[in-house]
Amino acid sequence: MKSRHLILGLTFATLLSAPALSTKAQAEENFVPLLTYRTGPYANSGIPIANGMHDYLTMLNERDGGIGGVKLNVEECETGYDTKKGVECWEAIKGRNPTVVNPYSTGITLQLIPKAAVDKVPILSMAYGLSASAMGDQFPWIFNPPATYWDGLSMIFRYIGDKEGGLDKLKGKTIGFIFLESGYGREPLPLLQQFAKDYGFEVKEYSVAGKDMQDQSAQWLAVRRDRPTWMIMWGWGAMNPTAVKRAAENGYPMDHFVGIWWSGSDDDARGAGQEGKGYLSLNLNGLGSNYPALQDIRKYVVDKGKSQVEKDKFGENFYNRGVYNSVLVAEAIRNAQKITGKKVVGGEDVRRGLETLTVSAERWKELGFPDFAAPISNVTCSDHNGHHPAYMQQWDGAKWVKISDWIQPMKDKVRPLLEEAAKDYVEKNTGWPKRTEVCDKSS
Amino acid sequence: MLYREAGQFKTSYGSDQAIFPILQDRVGIAVILLVAYLLPLTKNDFLLNAMMIPFLVFSLAAIGLNIMTGYAGLLSLGTGAFMGVGAYACYKLTTYFPNVNIIIWIVASGFFAALVGAVFGLPSLRIKGFYLAVATLAAQFFLEWCFIRIPWLYNYNVSAAIEVPTRTLFAIPITGPTATAETRYLIVLTILVVMTWMASNLVHGRIGRMWMSVRDMDIAAELMGIRLLPTKLLAFAVSSFYCGVAGAIMVFLWYGGAESTVFSINQSFFVLFMVIIGGLGSLLGSYLGAALIFMLPIILRSVPPQLGIPVHADTVEHITFMIVGALIVFLLIVEPNGLARLWQIGKQKLRVWPFPY
Repeated sequence: MKSRHLILGLTFATLLSAPALSTKAQAEENFVPLLTYRTGPYANSGIPIANGMHDYLTMLNERDGGIGGVKLNVEECETGYDTKKGVECWEAIKGRNPTVVNPYSTGITLQLIPKAAVDKVPILSMAYGLSASAMGDQFPWIFNPPATYWDGLSMIFRYIGDKEGGLDKLKGKTIGFIFLESGYGREPLPLLQQFAKDYGFEVKEYSVAGKDMQDQSAQWLAVRRDRPTWMIMWGWGAMNPTAVKRAAENGYPMDHFVGIWWSGSDDDARGAGQEGKGYLSLNLNGLGSNYPALQDIRKYVVDKGKSQVEKDKFGENFYNRGVYNSVLVAEAIRNAQKITGKKVVGGEDVRRGLETLTVSAERWKELGFPDFAAPISNVTCSDHNGHHPAYMQQWDGAKWVKISDWIQPMKDKVRPLLEEAAKDYVEKNTGWPKRTEVCDKSS
Repeated sequence: MLYREAGQFKTSYGSDQAIFPILQDRVGIAVILLVAYLLPLTKNDFLLNAMMIPFLVFSLAAIGLNIMTGYAGLLSLGTGAFMGVGAYACYKLTTYFPNVNIIIWIVASGFFAALVGAVFGLPSLRIKGFYLAVATLAAQFFLEWCFIRIPWLYNYNVSAAIEVPTRTLFAIPITGPTATAETRYLIVLTILVVMTWMASNLVHGRIGRMWMSVRDMDIAAELMGIRLLPTKLLAFAVSSFYCGVAGAIMVFLWYGGAESTVFSINQSFFVLFMVIIGGLGSLLGSYLGAALIFMLPIILRSVPPQLGIPVHADTVEHITFMIVGALIVFLLIVEPNGLARLWQIGKQKLRVWPFPY
């Protein structure tokens, strides 16, 4: 008994005496922290994205020796999609001169938005997070290119309008909206209600709480009863494959079931098998691994065993999404180096880099991603999003197929709502700092 | 050798019944408090923000649950929801009365939680044990549902989240993003010290004895003239008060904003584990449990990078899960009464050391 206590005591003592909190930053590197989640209920969505983000940056290190001759220090911090751990990660990295933080969770992003301006670390929440944070005048430290959730919803409606022969044809019809009960899932609701008013259709909301993500029988029973003409989904993690499976089981016409770009991973649709054929989702990035840069990743990273990706999942949709995210990070760092003339850049430099970020079609090609994504051309100081287009993809039973051209968002509908939401946010958060950051000329 | 009471004579009833009868204990407490209050001098944001503030918040919640489960013997799975009531109440109060100091509202929000807790405590007269746990589970689900479905609670926020505005005390921001970790830590610490002191007085006094007698055998307690319903309801109310304040602190002084998912059933289990590991019916246990369950994973996570072992972040996470899980099982086998009991045994041994009999 005594020796047991002794061992226990010793274990504790060693643990506590481990110099747990000293973290040393290395001067000759650009530090890119990645908040990822390979554990927890959302891991199925998180793993491919984490792999993609990690592998592209590693490839830059291996192939080019980093960016501008400076290596990248890529470090993952596991959040488990848990806000608590996300904030903990932020605290751990903020003192180490991080270039930019990718939270990869709307919940964590919402927590970090107020901290970003105080700690002077920019946040890149690529096509997620708070839609209103696109307003650079109110949120100088937050960036969410290429498109906001509201842009996404408006693109879905453009597609629906195409299929129905005009959005005015929606009058009197029902549109179902199934969403994850969280800040993320609720984000598009204001615009959806606005559309319902404008086009005269009825909205049926089906919310899925995190704990019954993998069940959803009640929601789909209700769908069966209501028979909405179109179903739109804002799902994440285990919710996506379940919803696709349930839709198929309930005989919902799959080609009328549209997911946002976060509901379109290969695993999401694959679960339903042949039944899932026809399921639609928006997408921001190219499909497959047939891009020179992705081949480089395979050559320098995957084949050398420096990646955690399973070989057959290389080049899947969410993997490419992660790569896309890292391209934005890398380009922002490159841009920051150009503006400041420094090799090792910090948060404040990269914020300026992000504000003047452009990735033209030629640049995409130069990077080894011809036609991989829409050119990033509209990010400015006051518009941190740019409202870039996306396209519709369809599941053919085995893989995703691009079925539409680039769909432009309805900027005229989205922008006023964004302005209103940003104003509202600032008003409710008394003492919200005024923008003092100077605006750089676009390079 | 150092820790013994020889020569310390108790000459009054007061000193005999003191909570810390031995001088060394009193010195120890004073030293701990001093260290705790001097901690902000380290200027280590990670230590304060990611470790100490959450630890103190969970300690407070664990004290709350311990009052109900440890002292009054009422098993509750609604802690997360009661914390939520506190947080949402504080949010509504400060939006309606922005000029009243936020600390007042943080404490006042506890009363709302207490009220809600007492309402859900009503069935406790008729149902006991696991059945009561199920009834509190209903409270958990119902309140969580409210946090989502009643947009008034989060001021019709688009993201259904509550965002903490900046509030000041003597012109120093204490909530919101501009508040420094040091100020927030000091406020949390002060609230916790005061509330622990109150809880200690409660459980050592008449009310605490009533709770414990109900816990040990309610029929005997009733025969001795203790009215069961008011006693149990009081336990519910006081416990929910503590949880409510903990919830308000959590959102206002730690998170700086929250979604309803923060107050999910997982939170309830988290606090319940702390209470069980720390020791049922012990205030010290609440602290030890919170430290073990919350801080140990953080410390474990930081070990491999410190030692320079190249492991992936998710592997560390998995290993941490396993180690903490194994440790919990191990601790419960070695000492089913929790860490507080271990500490007590240690103290007994120290008293007679080096000549045990």
